[in-house]
This record gives sequence, structure tokens and C-alpha cells, in this order.
Amino acid sequence: MAVIRDVMPAFELFQPATIDDTMRLLGQYREDAWVMAGGLDTFDWLKDRIKRPKVVVDLSQVKELSGIREAGGGLEIGATTTLTEVVRHPIVREKYSILSTGAEAAASPQIRNQGTIGGNVSQDTRCWYYRAGWPCYRAGGNTCFADTPTAINREHAILGADRCVAVNPSDSAPALIALDAKFVVRTPKGERVVDAEDYFIGPGTDITRMNILRPGDLLTAIRLPADWAGTKFYFEKVRDRNVWDFPLMNVASAMVITDGKIERIRLALNAAAARPLRLAAVEDAVRGKEPNAATGEMAGRLAVQGARALRFNAYKIPLMRNLVKRAIGGVEKAAWA
Amino acid sequence: MGLIEWATSPWGREVPIHIAFGLLWVSAIGGLLFLVVHAIYVGYWAKSAEAHAGEAVGASSGIAARVPERVARHSFGARLFHAVMALAMFALLFTAFLPKVGVRFAWVTYHWIAGVVLTISVIYHLFHATFWLDFWSIWPDRVDIEDAARRFRRAVGQAAPAPRKFAKYPLENKLYHLAILCAGLAVIGTGVLMMSRVRTPFLARDPYLFGFSDTTWGWMYVLHGLTGIALVALIIAHVYFALRPEKLFITNSMIFGSISREKYLEHHDPERWPVGERAPEAGAAGSKSREVPA
Repeated sequence: MAVIRDVMPAFELFQPATIDDTMRLLGQYREDAWVMAGGLDTFDWLKDRIKRPKVVVDLSQVKELSGIREAGGGLEIGATTTLTEVVRHPIVREKYSILSTGAEAAASPQIRNQGTIGGNVSQDTRCWYYRAGWPCYRAGGNTCFADTPTAINREHAILGADRCVAVNPSDSAPALIALDAKFVVRTPKGERVVDAEDYFIGPGTDITRMNILRPGDLLTAIRLPADWAGTKFYFEKVRDRNVWDFPLMNVASAMVITDGKIERIRLALNAAAARPLRLAAVEDAVRGKEPNAATGEMAGRLAVQGARALRFNAYKIPLMRNLVKRAIGGVEKAAWA
Repeated sequence: MGLIEWATSPWGREVPIHIAFGLLWVSAIGGLLFLVVHAIYVGYWAKSAEAHAGEAVGASSGIAARVPERVARHSFGARLFHAVMALAMFALLFTAFLPKVGVRFAWVTYHWIAGVVLTISVIYHLFHATFWLDFWSIWPDRVDIEDAARRFRRAVGQAAPAPRKFAKYPLENKLYHLAILCAGLAVIGTGVLMMSRVRTPFLARDPYLFGFSDTTWGWMYVLHGLTGIALVALIIAHVYFALRPEKLFITNSMIFGSISREKYLEHHDPERWPVGERAPEAGAAGSKSREVPA
């Protein structure tokens, strides 16, 4: 298949200035509209001519969607706030440092200057079979090229596979799940607020999408509640190149420790499945226990139950086990944020 | 809207990938239209046709006297098969098409499990019907065709001899069975092959297992989809007929196993479906009926 790079197919460009105008456009063009925030995922698709929307709705002029505000004791981050703004925001750094760490782990400084928090959580998978335009399940076809006896699938899923074995590549998503963030979605029927973990969907639910956004929907903001502000955080990302790469896997935890025992915990992990996973069973298992190596070991073993390796990604199972262990028990060299 | 969706394979060839799922609505609306038209036909046109039908040949009093109070129509095994097949079929249709109309859930596992149940039940039925039931009773025969022609000619106002009563199964019953057989075997055959493309405990996922080309796989998905949506219309028609007042005795017989002596004499030809003392011994291959307690 010929791939023509850097020559985008023609589309009609809209740059609305308000959320209401954006919603009107999305309602008018529905499936034909492509929502663009920072453009980093978008331009890959357009330049490769894999996605050919009739209309591109550029959110860069919608000021309401940008910025970080204090709200309800916590923070509300506009969907088009750049990752750099998130990383540098003083309250994020002080009270939600797991998010600044996660956002800072994404890509390169240049990309973080342009990439948005909404785009980071809503970006498409990096499965190269899919991104090459092959007619896989996720592209509406009838097979998965990555889950075959001969496939190159080192970065693919070990959990939650359902025909498609692609993974979610977001670095900020597990941090947001650990913080119990709420995603604010505008739909043609009104505003909807969902828990961070419920924003993402797996291939069993809808194999062609990675989140709940349907045509006509728009992610407008992410709210960070005060509940987990300033608790004990851990974030770690493992990637092939530490300067700039998508995660092989990342983990995020937020813990409240009382009298040396875990009183409350939220634990999430990404790039193991098509959606970021909140490890609720592990949270239940470690609650009331000391956050030490033994608890982490037990948590790690529990976390990988049901994991199934593909041809080249068996390493992800011990990787996940160890990341969960470190997220709970800590490691000497991995400093607590 | 096209009938089939196409894609470009990794080797640059245009290949079919599946049906256009808008066809689901065509099938569902077609099925509903059929039942509306049929209800109108039965309510108005068929009544006038009946006036021209004349008297079908009745049973002699001697034969009638030998008919038991309850006439066995479906063995327990046959009824059990029907119930299992129906449940599996509904599960398959709901898991296949609810996601297409916006009800999102992880449907694949339920779908293939229901498919396995359907496959096993159909294999059971094939053996059961071949060796333990009257195999030919469900297939249209020469008399059915002749009588269908007679009914049609009389319905359009032409002179024709009176049609005879039915054997064990009315012609429409036989034709429906034929249609569901074709659709069922096609959907099962393609479905079993497609299981190599999903994860099951039976075998590791391997889309290259059978060596089919992308085009062959594509047509297989198309056939699976087409038979799937055809089954939507067929099931709508089946449920409709099962609920029609004049067919309720047949529906009941699929639940309780038998029909009454009156219904038997009213609708069936004892020469073509002998029961009572004239019927072969119950349980033997080729047996047609047996007396059951009232």
C-alpha cells in the first residue's frame, strides 16, 4: 500500500471560538467531522492519508477549553490545556504531582508544548498495523494483524484483548485514574461527567473507539477532586528510549497511609490493554496492609492474573508485576513523588 | 447504501470485509412488513379463497375412531433441541446485532459460546432426525407441491381440485424448515471457521490456520452477515406464526409434545400421517406417532 506522507487530503477547516459553536459544528457534521486539539495525533493520520475527514474542527481558538482553574476544592483543567502547562502549574506540582510527573513523561518538550491533556487521553492507539491503514478490526475490518503466530507485537496487549490487541498509549491517563479525576463531556444531549476509568473503553465494547466519545461529543475539561490531593504518589513509565517514546507500560498509584498501613489507594496502569486499567482487585487486596515489598510482591502477582502474552510481549507480564510491586512497595532508586 | 463493505488489503487488493450493517434494518423491516401483509392476507383475501376451496377429503369414521385423544407430534428430544436451538439463536442474534444498534457490551464471548451451543444442538438434531425420527416428514413432497398449485389456482379464481389435508407438517412449515436449514448451516459453517479468528479455549487464535485468502475470508464474513440478517427476518416470521391463533396448537405441541385428536383430524390427513394402531411402533426408526395419555 502506497503511503503518501506530508500531503494531506483536502478538508474543510473550522476554527470555532466557543464551545457552543463547536458543538453546533460537531452536531452538523457528525461522523464527517474530525476534532483536532494539539494536532499531534491528527496530522499523523491526515498526512498518511489513512483518515480522510471531510471537516476538521480545530479547537485551538476555543479559549473556554484552555487553562487550569481552582474549582470545588480541586482543579479543573481545560481539555486543550497543553501538557507543558499542566506540568508547570504550581498547584498541580504541589498537590497532584503524579499528574505533572505523568504528563512530563509524555513525548518530548516540543510535543508537550503543543500537545494537550485532552488529546493525550483521547489519542488513538499506536498499533502500526492499524496506523498503516490495514483493514484490521479497529479500522472496521475483520481481522487483527497483530495477534497472529507471525505478528510483530512486542508493544501490544497482555490483558483485555478482544480480537484487537492494541494498547492505549496515554501517560497521563493512569495518573488521572489514580487521582479519581472526572472527565466532563459535552454531548448533543447535554453535559456528562464520567469517572476517568469509565472514559476509556475496550475493544469488546467498541472495537473502533478507545473512549466513550461518539460523533458529536466533545471532552471539555478534566476535574481533579480534592480527595487525593497531596497523598502519597508513585508514577513510573518504562519505555525503549527514555528521551522520547510511548510507554511499554506505565503505572500510577495514589495512597493514603495511616499508622503505617494503606488506608486508601487507587492504582492504575496503562499500555497493558486497550484501555488504562484501574486495578481495583489489587487495591482491595492491599488495603489495610503495610506498603512494603511483601505487599507489593503479592499485589504484583495478583495484578497479572489473566494476563496472556502474544508472540513477542511475554516480557510485559513480569514488567507489569514489578511495576505494581514498585507502585505499592516502592524501590530505593525510584523516588516517591 | 451498498450491500457489502470493501477495504484495501495489505497487498493492495480490494477485498470484501463484511456486509453493510444497514441491511439489518432492511431485514427487520422486511420481516415486519411480511407479517403485516400476511395478517392482512389472512384476514381478508385468504377468507375469500377459502370459499373457493371446497371440502378437503376427510378421515373415515373408522380411521377417526383409532386416533387417540392426544396425538404425539414432537418427542421430548425434539422439543429439547428446539428450545436449546431457540435460546442459542436469540443469544446469537442479540449479541450480534445489539452492538450494531448502539447497545455496547463485550459481546464476542457470549456470541461464540452461543454459536457452539447452536452447533452442538444442530449436530444432535441431524443425527436424531436422521436415525430416530421420520426423516422425510419435514421435506416437501410431490403431494405438497401439487396441493400448493391447487391452492394457488383456487386463490386466483381458477378451477382446481380441492387440496388435501397436510401430512405431519404443513407445506409452509416444511419450507420454513428448509430456509432455516440453509441459513443455519451457512451461519454455522462460516461461524465455526471464524472462531479461528477469536480467542477461545479450543485453539490459539490463528487467522492463517486454514490458508484462506483475505478475499475468501471477506466473502465468509459477508455470507455470515447475510445469513445472520436473513435469520432476523426468519425469526420474526417464526415468532409471528407461532403466536397466530390458528397456529397456537402447533406452538403448544412444541412445548407439550402433542396435539388434540380434533386438531389432528381437522388439519392432517391420516393417510399421510398415520397415528394410533396404524402407526409404526413408537421409538422405532421411521415411526410417525404414538399414543400418549390424554
